[in-house]
Amino acid sequence: MRVMVDLARCQSYGQCVFAAPEIFEISGQEVLEYDSAPSDEWRLHALRARAACPVQAITIGPAAGPGQDLRQPPATRPAADSVGVLR
Amino acid sequence: MSGYPSSRSERVVIVGASLTGLHAADALRDGGFTGHITLVGAEPHPPYDRPPLSKRVLAGRMSADSTGLPQRQDLDAHWRLGNAAVALDRDARTVTLEDGTTLGFDKLLIATGTRARRWPDPDEAALTGVLSIRTREDAVELQARLAARPGRVLVIGAGFVGSEVASVCRELGLDVTVVERSAAPLAGALGAWAGTAAGRLQRRHGVDLRTDTSVVELEGDADGRLRRARLSDGAVLDVDVAVVALGAVRNVEWLAGSGLTVDSRGVRCDPYCRAVDADGRPCDDILAAGDVACWPHPLYEGLLAVEHWDNAVRQARVAATTILHGPVREHTALPTFWSNQFGLNIKVVGVPGRADQVAVLQGSVERAAFVAAYGRGGRVIGALAVNTPRALDAYAEMISRRMSFPPDLNAADAPDPVHVLDLAVPAAG
Ligand SMILES: Cc1cc2nc3c(=O)[nH]c(=O)nc-3n(C[C@H](O)[C@H](O)[C@H](O)COP(=O)(O)OP(=O)(O)OC[C@H]3O[C@@H](n4cnc5c(N)ncnc54)[C@H](O)[C@@H]3O)c2cc1C
Repeated sequence: MRVMVDLARCQSYGQCVFAAPEIFEISGQEVLEYDSAPSDEWRLHALRARAACPVQAITIGPAAGPGQDLRQPPATRPAADSVGVLR
Repeated sequence: MSGYPSSRSERVVIVGASLTGLHAADALRDGGFTGHITLVGAEPHPPYDRPPLSKRVLAGRMSADSTGLPQRQDLDAHWRLGNAAVALDRDARTVTLEDGTTLGFDKLLIATGTRARRWPDPDEAALTGVLSIRTREDAVELQARLAARPGRVLVIGAGFVGSEVASVCRELGLDVTVVERSAAPLAGALGAWAGTAAGRLQRRHGVDLRTDTSVVELEGDADGRLRRARLSDGAVLDVDVAVVALGAVRNVEWLAGSGLTVDSRGVRCDPYCRAVDADGRPCDDILAAGDVACWPHPLYEGLLAVEHWDNAVRQARVAATTILHGPVREHTALPTFWSNQFGLNIKVVGVPGRADQVAVLQGSVERAAFVAAYGRGGRVIGALAVNTPRALDAYAEMISRRMSFPPDLNAADAPDPVHVLDLAVPAAG
């Protein structure tokens, strides 16, 4: 699972932080930081965060690339990497 | 609509498999396109996100692997990664790749972006420890060097990327010298006033900032490792890591001889993202978007070339619309971008770099939470919001409506009185 926040659109409302504290945090006063490759166990939280975002800035999906397209031989995807949970 | 691809046999080739390429493919499928999409990318990686490279990846708080962008749907695309396009034949409607393959297309989207501008002296640029930051590999290498705790890091150029690198160095507790030829950091994008404020901030965070100064020579040892930098004021710095942050160069060389209008500002487009040929005529079957494109924007004089994330995404969508339906939707989005450095949320809308006046209209610079509006010729053309991200939409609206400058806001948190400062008038681009 990959998470992407459109930070041009993000207004740091912080709803995602409530919905998925494992993935999102507000660092300092207004800087949103997030784990772009969270463990799949937080999938439901990630989807809640996406739904809760007042400006719809969150995209969730598998990592883009050949492995995700049906016309290609399915590539083995590396396990979601775990720099992990934000501090 | 006839003449526009709808059938399964139509072929769209997208050259450049990064942010723009990915979003264009996504928008084509969203728009119901059922034909072939081929994404050609010079890099071996599927699309990844660059902004974290100079921020969290560099700080060692995120791995380069995690920068891979999500895919919202099955794109049903053919991927040609690690294989650069080397030539475009407009008449034959083919693109030739590095490995000799020729791809035919009905529509071509040029999304080859930019690369880091290299240090001008090739021998000095080749020294071990002289780096720039544009790709995953760049970020991994620089992160490793910072993690090895060099005595001092030299950053050459104080634009956004250079300033973000300096911020990460301080976050890591590393000594960093930033050398900037102009009078202030970020001044090109934000003007002298905000640049001066940014300079004060950087110094307060312990950055050794040297403005009105340039690096004249990088010196290596017998093993080709960077050892020293000589500055224009005669100073000599002992450094073994130098980050060249002198901006970007557009990846347009592969279009030489293609008959398109291409220069250092990129591929010249019309407002529908159609590339313009040497006679100034837009090509219906060749488009460009993202960092590589420049185009006329109704709100700004001359051509606009925008090297920001948001523009890549939006322009990709406009290009997809033109591919599917022809010239029906213009790319008129206001440029907007963000940067995170020294703990601040910086957001910008419009083109502050072209302003002749600036005024803080909300908050206070001292408290590092404010909005400044920028004017040119008596109308609002840009705004800068520091730690006030929710304020910016209102300013975007003022810019779009060409409101007169300074706008009369009556904001509750407005300074009293509002001071309007004159800026040196930059030339229109
Ligand atoms: C370190 C860094 C930090 C940034 N931070 C921010 C930020 O905080 N906020 C913000 O708004 N923007 C930021 N940006 C800018 C943002 O990342 C770019 O605007 C965005 O990447 C543009 O996307 P693009 O797809 O148009 O071009 P690119 O991302 O440059 O991608 C172009 C792709 O095309 C490939 N290519 C080139 N030539 C060929 C060829 N001949 N054949 C095939 N492929 C080719 C390249 O290898 C590359 O993969 C940052 C950029 C960098 C480098």
